[in-house]
Amino acid sequence: MSVQPIVAQDTPALEAFIQRASGRGAALAEIGLPTRRVEAWRYTPLRAIADTAWTQAAPLASESVSALLNGLPLPESGARMVYGNGRFLEGLSVPLDIAQQASDHVSPLKGVFCATLNMALGEKGLDLHIPAGTDAGLLTLISLSSGDTVSTHLQHRIVLEEGASLTLYDVNAGEGRYIANPRFDIVVGKGATLRHIKLQRESLSGTHLTIVSADVSEKGEYDSFTLNQGGSLARHEAVVTLNAPHAMVHVNGVQIVDGQRLNDLTSMIHHAAPDGSSRQTVKTVLSDAGQGVFQGKILVDRVAQKTDGYQMNQALLLSEKAQINSKPELEIYADDVKCSHGATVGALDDEQLFYLRSRGVPEAQARDILVRAFLIDALDLVADEALRDLLVRSMAS
Amino acid sequence: MPAVTETRETVEKLAKSSYEWGFETDIEMDIAPKGLNEETVRLISERKGEPQWMLDWRLKAFRAWLEMEEPTWAHIHHPPIDYQDAHYFAQPKKKPGPKSLDEVDPELLKTYAKLGIPLHEQALLAGVEGAEEARLPVAVDAVFDSVSVATTFRKTLAEAGVIFCPISEAIREHPELVQKYLGTVVPVSDNFFGALNSAVFTDGSFVYIPEGVRCPMELSTYFRINARNTGQFERTLIIAEDRATVSYLEGCTAPQRDENQLHAAVVELIAMEDASIKYSTVQNWYPGDDEGRGGIYNFVTKRGICRGARSKISWTQVETGSAITWKYPSCVLAGEGSVGEFYSVAVTNNHQQADTGTKMIHLAPNTRSTIIAKTISAGQSDSTYRGLVRMQPKARNARNFTQCDSLLIGDQCGAHTVPYIESRNMTARVEHEATTSKISEDQLFYCRSRGLSEEDAVGLIVNGFCREVLKELPMEFAVEAQKLLQISLEGSVG
Repeated sequence: MSVQPIVAQDTPALEAFIQRASGRGAALAEIGLPTRRVEAWRYTPLRAIADTAWTQAAPLASESVSALLNGLPLPESGARMVYGNGRFLEGLSVPLDIAQQASDHVSPLKGVFCATLNMALGEKGLDLHIPAGTDAGLLTLISLSSGDTVSTHLQHRIVLEEGASLTLYDVNAGEGRYIANPRFDIVVGKGATLRHIKLQRESLSGTHLTIVSADVSEKGEYDSFTLNQGGSLARHEAVVTLNAPHAMVHVNGVQIVDGQRLNDLTSMIHHAAPDGSSRQTVKTVLSDAGQGVFQGKILVDRVAQKTDGYQMNQALLLSEKAQINSKPELEIYADDVKCSHGATVGALDDEQLFYLRSRGVPEAQARDILVRAFLIDALDLVADEALRDLLVRSMAS
Repeated sequence: MPAVTETRETVEKLAKSSYEWGFETDIEMDIAPKGLNEETVRLISERKGEPQWMLDWRLKAFRAWLEMEEPTWAHIHHPPIDYQDAHYFAQPKKKPGPKSLDEVDPELLKTYAKLGIPLHEQALLAGVEGAEEARLPVAVDAVFDSVSVATTFRKTLAEAGVIFCPISEAIREHPELVQKYLGTVVPVSDNFFGALNSAVFTDGSFVYIPEGVRCPMELSTYFRINARNTGQFERTLIIAEDRATVSYLEGCTAPQRDENQLHAAVVELIAMEDASIKYSTVQNWYPGDDEGRGGIYNFVTKRGICRGARSKISWTQVETGSAITWKYPSCVLAGEGSVGEFYSVAVTNNHQQADTGTKMIHLAPNTRSTIIAKTISAGQSDSTYRGLVRMQPKARNARNFTQCDSLLIGDQCGAHTVPYIESRNMTARVEHEATTSKISEDQLFYCRSRGLSEEDAVGLIVNGFCREVLKELPMEFAVEAQKLLQISLEGSVG
C-alpha cells in the first residue's frame, strides 16, 4: 500500500506559479497544491489545473472587453471599476466620488491555498478606504479574464471606517481557459455595513478561486451573497471573523451547476466575540453531471457567549448523474449559545409536479416554477432589489 | 447569571466524585513480553492453537499495519502512543474446572461482584461444573482480559442451532464459517486500528444465527480490561442468516489505572435476507482522573453490512467512559430495502475526548437509515459527532434522516458536529439537522421550584434529552444505562 501525498509538489502548475512569483513563492512552495487528501479540498479536485504551466495574462484587447461586457447584467449607473486580465481599465471605470486613502490591511490566512496563491502572484486591485460616517453607495467591480492557460490574481483591499457603508456588486466573467484567483481583504469598522453581492459567471472552461477574508467590528455588518453560475471549477471561499460584540454576518449563496462543472461554496464563520449573530442559507441546483460542494463551518470561541448562529444548506438534484457533497460543521466552545444547522438533499417533489401538471402547466415549465420556488428564499436575502433583479436575469440567461 | 454559576459549581463539585468501578483484580497471568513484531503475532497465534490460515491472515494484517499511518483527522489530542511499550497477550492461568464457587479464585468472584453479576451467573462464568443447568434469560460470554473464561447457555443456544462462543474456539471448531466471513466487513487493511486488531486480536465473541432462527435470548458480553499494560484487542463477528434475528449487548467497565491503555476492537456484523441484528453498547471504561490522566484510549472499528434484501442493522450506544473515544459504528446497506439505524448518547466530562458518529453507506434502492446522536459535554471535555451519509448512484429512493443535538454544561468544554453528506442519486433524500445549546434556565428553574435538587434537576433534564436513544436499548440495559448516566451525571453533568 502506498501512501498518497497530501499535497502535490512537483506539478507543472505549482512549478510555474513559484517561478513567476520569483521571491514571493516560499509560502506557496511550502503548502503545495492540495490533493483531495487535504480536508478542505476533499470534494474539489484541483487535478484539472495541476498539469498546466499557467502564465501571466496579456493585456485584454478592447474588442474582447466590450464583447464580454455586453453579455453581463450590470446596473446602468453608479461607480464602476473594471479590470481586464488583472489590469485596471481606467477608460471604462468611474471611481467612487469620495476622498480615499490607501489601506494596507492584509489578513494572515495561513495555510489557505487560494490566499497563498494570490499572495505569491498578486496584482493590485481595489484599494478602498471609506471614511467614517460615509455612505459610499453602490460600486460595481467587474473582473474580466480572457486567454488560454493564463492566470490572474487580483488583490482587493476594502476598509470601512466607523459607521461607513458600501454596496459592492462583484461581477466575474471571461472567455477561454484561465484561472481567476481574486482575494478580498475586508475590514468592516464599528457600526459599518458592507453588502457584498457577487456574480460568478466565468467561462465554461475557466477556473475561479476566490478567497474573502472579512473582519467585522462591533455592531458591524458583513452581508454577502454569492451566485455561483459559471466556471468549469469554481470555489468561493469566505473566512469571516466577528471580532467584537454584536457583529452580524450573512454568507448566503445560490449555486446553479450543469454540464460537467463543479461549483463550491466554502465558508468559515468565526465567532470570536460575544453577542454576535450569523446567518447562512445556501441553495444548490444540480443538473446534467454537475457537482455541487458546500462546506460551511461555524466556529464559536470560548469568549463568544450568546452567539446566535444558523446555517441551512439545501440541494436539489435534477438529473441522474448530478452529485452533491455537503459538509455543514459546528465547532463550539462556548456554552451559552444558540447554534443550529440543517441540510437537505433531494429531487423535485413528484406531488408538487403533479399538482402543476394537473392545472395544465407543461412539464418543463412546471419544473422551472418549482426550481425558482426552491431558490426564492435564498435570493430574497439580497436586500437590494435592483441587484436582486440583475441576479435573477443572470440566472435566466 | 447566578444560576449559570450555580450549575457550574454543582457540576464541578460532582465531577470530583471518583470512578465507582475502578478496581483491579490480582490474578495469576500468562503474559507475553512487551513489544509488537511478527514474533508477537506468531506467539499469539501459537498460544491460541490457531491453524496456519489464521496465522497467515494475521501476518497479512500486520504487514498492512506497518505500512499505515496513525490517523490524525479526529478532533482528539493525546501523547504519541508507543506501540512497542505494551503487552499484546495476557491470559489468566488455566486451572481445572472448580467443583463449586468456593473453589473459584476469590479475586475473580470479587470482580464479578463489583460488576454486579448475580451469583448463579458468576458460577457459570467461573466455569463451575453443572452450573449450566440453571436457566437465565441472558447469555453471558465474559471476556476477562482477552480470553473468554466461560461461555454460558451453550446448550440452550445449541438447541436452537445458535453458535455463541469465543472467537478463538470458533476458529478451531467452525473454521469454514470464520474463514468465510472474517474480514469481509472490515478488511485487514481497512484502517490503522482495524489492521492492528486483525494482527493481534486475542479473543472476542462469535455468533452465528442459522436461517429462520430467532435467537432465544439476548446475548451479552462483559468486557473487562484487567492486567496492567495489556492492550485489549477484541474481535467480534456476528452472522445472521436469512430471516434470523439477534440482539447483542456489550457492556464495559474497567479498573482504575495510571497509564493510558489502548483498546482497539473490531466488530463485524453480517445480516442476510430479512435478517435483523441489534447491537447495543454501554461503554464505561475508566475515563482518567480529574486531570485526564490514566484513562482508556478506545479506538474501535464497528461496521455491519446488510447483505440481504430487507435486512436490518441497528446500533445503539451509550458512551460515558474512556479518556478518548474514537468510534464510528457504520452500516453498509447493500441489500434492497435494507435498514440501518444509529442511536447514540455520548457523555464527556473532565478532560475526556470523544470523536464518535456513524457512516451510512446506501448502495441499494429503497434503503433507509436513521441517525439520532446526542452529545453532552461538561468540564474541560471535547465531544465531536462525525458522520457520513452517502447515497451511491444505485440508491434509488433511499432515505436518511439525521438529528444531532449537543448539550454544553460549563464554559470550558466543546461540542462539535461534522456531518458529511454525499448524494449521487437524485431520488435519494437526505435530511440533517443539528442543534447546540445549554440546559435552559427555564427548565432548571421549573424543576427546582418543584423541589428537585440542582443535581436531580440536571439529571432529569439530561435523561429527557437522551430519551430517544435510551428507549432503543433492550430493557435490562436501559435501566443500567439510565443509572450510568445518573452516575456520570453525578460525576459529570448533574
